[in-house]
Amino acid sequence: MTAAPVAGPLVDVHAHFLHERCGTSDWAERNASRLAAGARIGITVHIASILGSFGHTSPTYFPSPADVSAGNEAMRAIARAHPGLVRGYVTVNPNYTDHAVAEIELGLAAGMVGVKLAASRRASDALLDPVAALAAERGVPVLQHIWQRRVRDVPNQEISDALDLAALAARHGGARFILGHIGGGGDWAHSLRALATVPNIFVDLSGSGVDRAMLELCLECVGPERLLWGTDLTMDTGWAKLRALAAMDLEDEVLEGIRWKTAARLFRLSL
Amino acid sequence: MEDRRAALPTELVDHNALVGPYPFRRLPDPTPERLVADLERLGIARAWVGHVPSIYYRDVAAGNDELLRWLEPHRARLLPVPAVNPAYPGWERELERARAEGCPAVRSYPAHYGFDTGGPEMRALAAGCADLHLQLVLTVRIEDGRQRHRLDVAAELLGADLRAAVRIHRGLHLVVTNADRGLVEEVHFGATPGEAERLQWDIAWLWGPPDDQLAALYRTVGRQRFVFGTHFPFRLPEAALTKLALAE
Repeated sequence: MTAAPVAGPLVDVHAHFLHERCGTSDWAERNASRLAAGARIGITVHIASILGSFGHTSPTYFPSPADVSAGNEAMRAIARAHPGLVRGYVTVNPNYTDHAVAEIELGLAAGMVGVKLAASRRASDALLDPVAALAAERGVPVLQHIWQRRVRDVPNQEISDALDLAALAARHGGARFILGHIGGGGDWAHSLRALATVPNIFVDLSGSGVDRAMLELCLECVGPERLLWGTDLTMDTGWAKLRALAAMDLEDEVLEGIRWKTAARLFRLSL
Repeated sequence: MEDRRAALPTELVDHNALVGPYPFRRLPDPTPERLVADLERLGIARAWVGHVPSIYYRDVAAGNDELLRWLEPHRARLLPVPAVNPAYPGWERELERARAEGCPAVRSYPAHYGFDTGGPEMRALAAGCADLHLQLVLTVRIEDGRQRHRLDVAAELLGADLRAAVRIHRGLHLVVTNADRGLVEEVHFGATPGEAERLQWDIAWLWGPPDDQLAALYRTVGRQRFVFGTHFPFRLPEAALTKLALAE
C-alpha cells in the first residue's frame, strides 16, 4: 500500500482539536499530530469541534455554558491560525437554550460552518428544536454524536441513535443533519437501515470501527450521495476506510462525492 | 514439512487473521481465497490463520479438521493456527497435530471454553505449548464491546487473566490479540522483564493519530513487543497498514 497522499481535495467532516483548558499537558502535541497526519493522508479541510473542556471542568458530553464558550473560542482561534485548512463547528449544549442559540449566532458570524451536538440531550427532545430551526434558517448542517443503536443508557452521556435523530429530522425537513461516526461503536447496521428513507440525514464514516461490510451497507442503504468522510479520534481508521473505498471500484464521481464534493455542498465550501 | 515461504517478497506477517463464519453477524466472504487476495492486494506476505467457528465449538477437533482442509491449497501464505480447548478431552491430540502440521502457534479462548488462565487446564496447555515450541494466541475480545450481540456474553480477557497466563509457565510464549493500549501497559508493566519478553501484542486494537497510541507504545514498551495483525475477516485489513504507516 502506498503511503502517499491521494490527489484532490479531501474533507474530514468529523475532527476534534484540544486547547489549553482541557486539562491535558500534551494538547498542542495532539493538535500538531492531527495536522501532521492529515497532511500525510491528504486532508485539505478539517471541520472540527471542541467539546467544552473535554471533561476537565465539566463533562465532555454535558459541557457547561462557560466551557462551551471557551471551547468554541479556542476552535475559532485554531481555524484562524490555519485559514482554509481548519473550519469549525459551533458546539452547543441544548439544555441551555438561550446560550446555545447565542453561541450559534456568534460562531456563524465568525465563520464557523456547522453546529455540533454532543450527547447532552436526546436528539428527539423538543429542546433541540430551536437549534435545528436556527441551523435550517442559516443553512448549516448539524452534526449529532450518535450511539449506533440505543438499547440501554450508558454512563456520562444522554445517548441518541439513528431513530432519535430521524425523529428530529422529520420535524425539521429544511435542516440537514449528519449522523456522527458510523464506525463509532454499536450496531451500525441498525443505523443504516433506519436512515434508508430519511433524506435529510447524512452519514459520516468516522470512528474507530473498521468492520468489513460496513462500507458496502452504507452504500446500499444511504447511497453515496449522503456519505461523508471523516476521522474523529482515530485518523488511521479513517484513512483505512478511504483506502477500502478506493479499492471498491467505485466511479470516480462517487468517490469524489464521498471525499469532498458532498461536504463542499453541505458546508458551502469553495474548494 | 517443506518450507514454501522462502521466496516471498516481504516479511510482513499478519498474526491475527481468521477464516469462517461468525454467529452474530454476517462476515463478507470470510474465506481463505479472499484472505489470500487481500494479502496479495495489500502486500502482506503471510498470515497466521485461525478458525472463527472453533471459538464457539466445545470439541474443537472438527473445527481444526476444517481449518486444515481449507488452508491446504494456500499453505505457502496461510499458516494454520488451530484451536485447543484444554478443558475438553483429546486436547493433547490437537496440540500434537498442530506441531506435526508445522503450525507456528495455537489459539485458545479461556472465556469461551470456560477455564481459568491461572488454573490447571491453563498450566497443562502452557506446558504442552512450551514442550512443542508452539506459541499460544489469546484474544482479548472478538468485537467492540459496544456492538456485541445480546447473546454474545463471554467476558473480555482482563489484565489479571493475562498476567496469570504469562506467569504460569516459564517456557510459554504468548501472542495477545485485540488488546487496547491500557491493557498492554497494565500487563507489560505488571510483569517482570523476563515475563514481558515472552509477551507479544498485535496492533489491531491500538490507534494512531492524534493520540498516537502505537507510536507511544513503541517508545515505552518497545517496538519488538508488537506484531502485525489485521483481525480479518472482522475488520478491514487496511487499518493495520495505515496505523503502521502513521506510527513511523
